[in-house]
Amino acid sequence: MTLTAPLDTSTTENQGATVELIGLRRRFGATQALDGFSLTLQPGELVALLGPSGCGKTTALRVLAGFETVDSGRVLVNGVDQSRIPAQRRDMGMVFQSYSLFPNMTAQDNVAFGLRMRKVGSIQRRQRALELLELVGLEGQADKYPHQMSGGQQQRVALGRALAIEPRVLLLDEPLSALDAKVRVQLREQIRVLQTRLKITTLFVTHDQEEALSMADRVCVMRSGQIEQVDVPATLYSAPATPFVAEFVGTMNRIPGVIAEGRVSLLNKTVDIRTSADQPAVFRPAGTPVDVLVRPEGLAVTATAGARGIVMTTTFLGSVTRLGVLLDEDVMVYVDQPNSAVQVPVGSAAEVTLTERDVMVADRTGAGVAQAESASVEHP
Amino acid sequence: MVALGLAEFAADLETVDGHPARPTRMDRLRRVAWWRGIVLILTGVFFLVPIYAALHFALSTVEGGFSISAFQSIPHQQGFSDAFGLSLRLAIMTTLITMVLMVPTSVFVHLRFPGLRRLFDGITIIPIVIPPVVLIVGVLQVAPTFLKGTPYLLGLEYAVLAMPFVYRSLDAGLRSIDLTTLVEASRSLGSRWSSTLLRVVVPNLRTALLSATVLTVALVLGEYTMASLDQYQTVPVWIVAFDQDNAHISVAVSLVALVGTWVVLLAISSFDLRRIRRASQLRKDGSA
Repeated sequence: MTLTAPLDTSTTENQGATVELIGLRRRFGATQALDGFSLTLQPGELVALLGPSGCGKTTALRVLAGFETVDSGRVLVNGVDQSRIPAQRRDMGMVFQSYSLFPNMTAQDNVAFGLRMRKVGSIQRRQRALELLELVGLEGQADKYPHQMSGGQQQRVALGRALAIEPRVLLLDEPLSALDAKVRVQLREQIRVLQTRLKITTLFVTHDQEEALSMADRVCVMRSGQIEQVDVPATLYSAPATPFVAEFVGTMNRIPGVIAEGRVSLLNKTVDIRTSADQPAVFRPAGTPVDVLVRPEGLAVTATAGARGIVMTTTFLGSVTRLGVLLDEDVMVYVDQPNSAVQVPVGSAAEVTLTERDVMVADRTGAGVAQAESASVEHP
Repeated sequence: MVALGLAEFAADLETVDGHPARPTRMDRLRRVAWWRGIVLILTGVFFLVPIYAALHFALSTVEGGFSISAFQSIPHQQGFSDAFGLSLRLAIMTTLITMVLMVPTSVFVHLRFPGLRRLFDGITIIPIVIPPVVLIVGVLQVAPTFLKGTPYLLGLEYAVLAMPFVYRSLDAGLRSIDLTTLVEASRSLGSRWSSTLLRVVVPNLRTALLSATVLTVALVLGEYTMASLDQYQTVPVWIVAFDQDNAHISVAVSLVALVGTWVVLLAISSFDLRRIRRASQLRKDGSA
């Protein structure tokens, strides 16, 4: 969807607020939802909290919104502690996962609700609400009630409603998860365009990596109430700090390898172990079996008679074709092959080779994701 | 050509492996229809025969004919206007007290202590379990002096009596909306608790509030024991008292009260049904 509405940013634009979440801890019964969570959002920045269900991302957002308290830690907006400020006085616009429009109000009344609470006059309210509806591409829908609108339209009204109060911070709690794929893509583009134009500091919670990577300035990957990595999307994908991030973001192969004097051997090749400043080096003696994490584009495949790999599947993905190759020990790896390359048909014997010069390794535990390790130097 | 009946056709259907086909929807409907009809008829007879008998009695005259004079003379009967006025005041008072107490309480329980809903279910049913006589004696023991001898005390007692019905009605209404999200959305937009309650929650509980109101009004208009023990002549008390003077008019008043309550309930149901149908139609139009 493209924005056709003339955008009067003179009344909506702000410089964004600095948000600091410092050492947040929150426990619900036996679950530690937040465990020393610290994150800073720069003015006008869109940061996505990405992680599996139960990792604490929504709790972090709700703490910032004022709907949850913390056991310890501080929330600062422009340097001011928000702990004692109730939700209704924090000046934060929020779009919820479920359709949160007030069913008894029209789209216009929904958008104007926050202004009404701020005692803005009725004429100004109406004018502003119509502007916002136009901004989110819903001109002509002002008199419709929520039940008369589609899910995508409702979420756009909710976005307009959140923006109408000119919030210091915009909070998006999985606002696209209830929508169908096409509408989701349209709306996420629209949110990003608006957020960039209005320069509102935005915290966006999602479990969809595609959404996070395509929308955010920075992505914060969370696990068990802690941050695994905060970085720009490209770095997160190309240089993940931990095996968890590596496997959570994008497709990642786990290939058996063996440590060989500070390097790792796999697929008849010995390569360096990737360096990362964030993770402590873990010493492993030579001969230790490990799992090597390699993305599909880090492998190549060639049809070779007598090779021990067998092409099991091929999937056309536009610019590349993804081949599923079964190796020894029932290890299935995925390899992206350019469509211009010679195609290897299903059932063919194939040789898989590593094209990367350094790789990330993880303990071969077989019990979920292994401890992070991505040092180039192994300590004796 | 031999016409093949639906049942025979269904019986002839067999799966490839020889097992008989599963009964069709039509078969199932036919099988359950007969006993449903009997239950419906029996229920109808159970409710309609007494009403018919009452109507017949109210319309019949001493001479053996029929007349609507009993109904026409209701407003002119001695003490009826006062009794009706008192019942009406009590109905309004009880409804207001109940709503003011129960709406915020129910919302609070749903939002903050959803785990206590079962406990509240139990607590709110106590007024049904305790006999009205016990309730009256207990209330008279603890009621402040300035309330004794005023209809306000009866209004408060009725509020307790209406609590089970009102709580259940509100509970059903609150379960049907996404209360937490609506409240949080409202608060994030700068609304205080009072505004959230009045502008967001209450309007979306319209049907539940209407049901609760009708139940409360019906209860107050029909309650006899408490009013007679407290020595107030409400409509039911008046009916019993007047019954000794003119049973025809007394029964006519009972019928008017019954039909009146029923019409109000029907109006609410059809209002809600119309709203649901309209919403459904609009959704279809929107998606087309």
